[in-house]
Amino acid sequence: MLRFTIRRILQIIPTIVVVALLIFVIFSVVPGSFASSLFSDGKTAADPQLMARLNEQLGLDKPVHQRFLTYVGDLAQLDLGTSFRTRRPVLELINERIWASLQLAVAAMIFAVVVAVPLGFLAALRPGSILDTVTMVGAVSGLSMPQFWLGLLLMYVFALQLNWLPSFGYGDGSLRNLILPAITLGVTPLALLARTTRAGVLDVLNGDFVRTAHAKGLSEAQVVRRHVARNALVLIITTVGLLFGSLIGQAVVIEKLFAWPGIGSLLVDSVAMRDIPVVQGTILVIVVWFLVINTAVDVIYALVDPRIKQE
Amino acid sequence: MFRRFTLAAVLCAGVSGLALAEEPRQGGTFNFTAPYGSSFATLDIQASPNTQEEFITQAIHRSLYAWDSINNAPVLELATGVDVSDDGLVYTYHLRKDAKFHNGKALTADDIIYSYKRVSDPKNAFPGASYVAIIKGVDDFAAGKSEDIAGLKKIDDNTLEVTFSSPVNPGFSLMQNTTAIYPSNVEDEATFATAPVGLGPFRFREHVPGSQIVVEKFDEFYEEGKPYLDRVNIILMSEDSARDVAFRNKEIDVSILGPTQYQAYQQDDALKDHLLEVAEVYTRNIGFNPKVEAFRDKRVRQAINHAINTPLIVERLVKNKAYPASGWLPISSPAFDKDKAPYAFDPDKAKELLKEAGYENGFSFEVTASPNESWGVPIVEAILPMLQKVGITVKPKPVESSALGEAVTTNNFEAFIWSNQTGPDPLAAMRCYWSKTAQSACNYTSYSNPEFDKLYEAARDERDPAKQTDLLRQANNLVQDDAPVWFFNYNKAVMAYQPWVHGLVPNANELALQPYEDIWIDDTAPASRK
Repeated sequence: MLRFTIRRILQIIPTIVVVALLIFVIFSVVPGSFASSLFSDGKTAADPQLMARLNEQLGLDKPVHQRFLTYVGDLAQLDLGTSFRTRRPVLELINERIWASLQLAVAAMIFAVVVAVPLGFLAALRPGSILDTVTMVGAVSGLSMPQFWLGLLLMYVFALQLNWLPSFGYGDGSLRNLILPAITLGVTPLALLARTTRAGVLDVLNGDFVRTAHAKGLSEAQVVRRHVARNALVLIITTVGLLFGSLIGQAVVIEKLFAWPGIGSLLVDSVAMRDIPVVQGTILVIVVWFLVINTAVDVIYALVDPRIKQE
Repeated sequence: MFRRFTLAAVLCAGVSGLALAEEPRQGGTFNFTAPYGSSFATLDIQASPNTQEEFITQAIHRSLYAWDSINNAPVLELATGVDVSDDGLVYTYHLRKDAKFHNGKALTADDIIYSYKRVSDPKNAFPGASYVAIIKGVDDFAAGKSEDIAGLKKIDDNTLEVTFSSPVNPGFSLMQNTTAIYPSNVEDEATFATAPVGLGPFRFREHVPGSQIVVEKFDEFYEEGKPYLDRVNIILMSEDSARDVAFRNKEIDVSILGPTQYQAYQQDDALKDHLLEVAEVYTRNIGFNPKVEAFRDKRVRQAINHAINTPLIVERLVKNKAYPASGWLPISSPAFDKDKAPYAFDPDKAKELLKEAGYENGFSFEVTASPNESWGVPIVEAILPMLQKVGITVKPKPVESSALGEAVTTNNFEAFIWSNQTGPDPLAAMRCYWSKTAQSACNYTSYSNPEFDKLYEAARDERDPAKQTDLLRQANNLVQDDAPVWFFNYNKAVMAYQPWVHGLVPNANELALQPYEDIWIDDTAPASRK
């Protein structure tokens, strides 16, 4: 098991290197610079001297290959550089924001799992029933609904009409502020997970071993608990892992809508201002997060299903 | 147009008038929204030229001058008086004796000298350097030829002599937030970015990155009885629709409106009476690059101005949240010529001018545009069929905002659409058409007209404000005739405010920048604000 885990972790490294290279290349060729973004609102007339001074100070006057070597060298020492905008270390900025993003992602995932898995199970156990139909219609609606619109709808109903919850912001970090953004973010994974759970459980229910278990005289509950649930779990864990890993990246829109202080909104502002070190650092953190979660999932389902480890 | 402007002025007067009629209430919390981004880049305002950071400055800092929104002019802020030499170059400021920084230090001339040196230090590459550059000796200091700025001389703790390079009105430059005065006794300058200390009516209390900044009343602020509020929460809310819900839900006290919301609020009985409007000092325009042969002919540029139905676009697309432009200088500028009519929508005249210029078969050009709904790709798409009717083919070239700035300042465009600040100083605004101004600085259309240069130079050297204004008015009219741009509109900024809020002012520089020390909330405010 240890060797399996180490192998999985080592596989992350080349992926990170490729991603870092891609991010660097993309932001080296896109038009616009930090210096020009300072004057992009037309508020101040451009100051060529200041722009030149800034480019020199930030090392943007150096050739691309030289900048790349510096970037890789710093990265190897876990130094993500200094923000052009704030003139503070990127790691410090990400550290200020990542916890709010994690809080949102975890809450959204808990909401999705708690609702979707039981619903998917029940729908599969009673295919064609009203519950099954309602669950699947709900799942399709959840998948097709734009998150931005859903967020506005929830704000309108729960904040404006019912006045139960605040419509925006982090507040003092209380649960009340977390509920609406978490539900908005959690609806898509909920819908996907409900469909996957239903399909996975249905697949297992049609297996020979389930028929054998029934033939041996086990009750429905025993069959579901001992055979169906355990076997369906591999697919569910994989789906949860994939969804959870990608949630922070998806939260960008939700964070902006609800004025949630996570790294998504930091990323949006940094892209607009061409604060390249922050953009690179933030994307890298999101990618690493995705890889770590998936590696953790690999390890978990190797524990759940020993056949995977042997393969 | 002017009827609407008058209405706006009446509305503004209404806000102020109400504030005057009632005794301001002390205490309470004001939930202000910062609408231009999801974060504050830095709390060190000298390092940032962005409006987003200026929201903090208005509360925490003060500059030597301030903007008087009612009289539309810069006024002394940190000095009680000033003596000006006959040649208009030497200003002797008598500093306030009652101004104190939040760390307890009293304001002295040393703080101003320290701040201006910090702003113009080339190692810092701060955006305020160009404003402070009006002081004699800043160039030498920035070039490392001198350790001090020759034009700054401390007479005593409360008297500062400033020598300027030319006889300009220093108020326009030294009122800028990027020239805010910092205390000279802070050892670690890095703390300015995390725990700012200023002379303003509120002291910094807390920054929740990506969420809000909280400031609280500074009891030793120099204006007696002010500020009225105990606390201001400056909340980051960049999404228009989310701000709309929060405003309607009474969670925030003010909200800057976009065109769509403006229209909706005007039609809502509960909201329409609490809109503060002002013609801001921004001119939206399409700049023509003379690198394109057709644009070298004035008749072609005039033809484009005649071919576009500007009032229709302002009405339909911008939802009347703008005033059709009749020149470069905006309505709120003292040099604006109210008698100068905008280009009339006249496609026949446009065709005639194109024929005279030898372009009866038309030509095509590309417009570099950002996605901005009021001065970006949607506007280019709207003018496209209008220009097609006179034979001109327009191709939009969509870019991001920062890429637009780069394309324009590197002269890498055929035409561009942008919103440019054209005030409050008309002299600075017209400088952008002076042939000696670099293209990359702000003469984006490489405009050159000896007649204009004469008028501008005469205005620059004129000491009599009325005569200077008249010269600038003539210069502005000349630019309008030459049409180096399509004069689109002047922004109408609109702020919705809750009925319990008083003391807001129609700030033509940027409506979202409000004097927090003058704002107060009455007894009808929700309990959470009182």
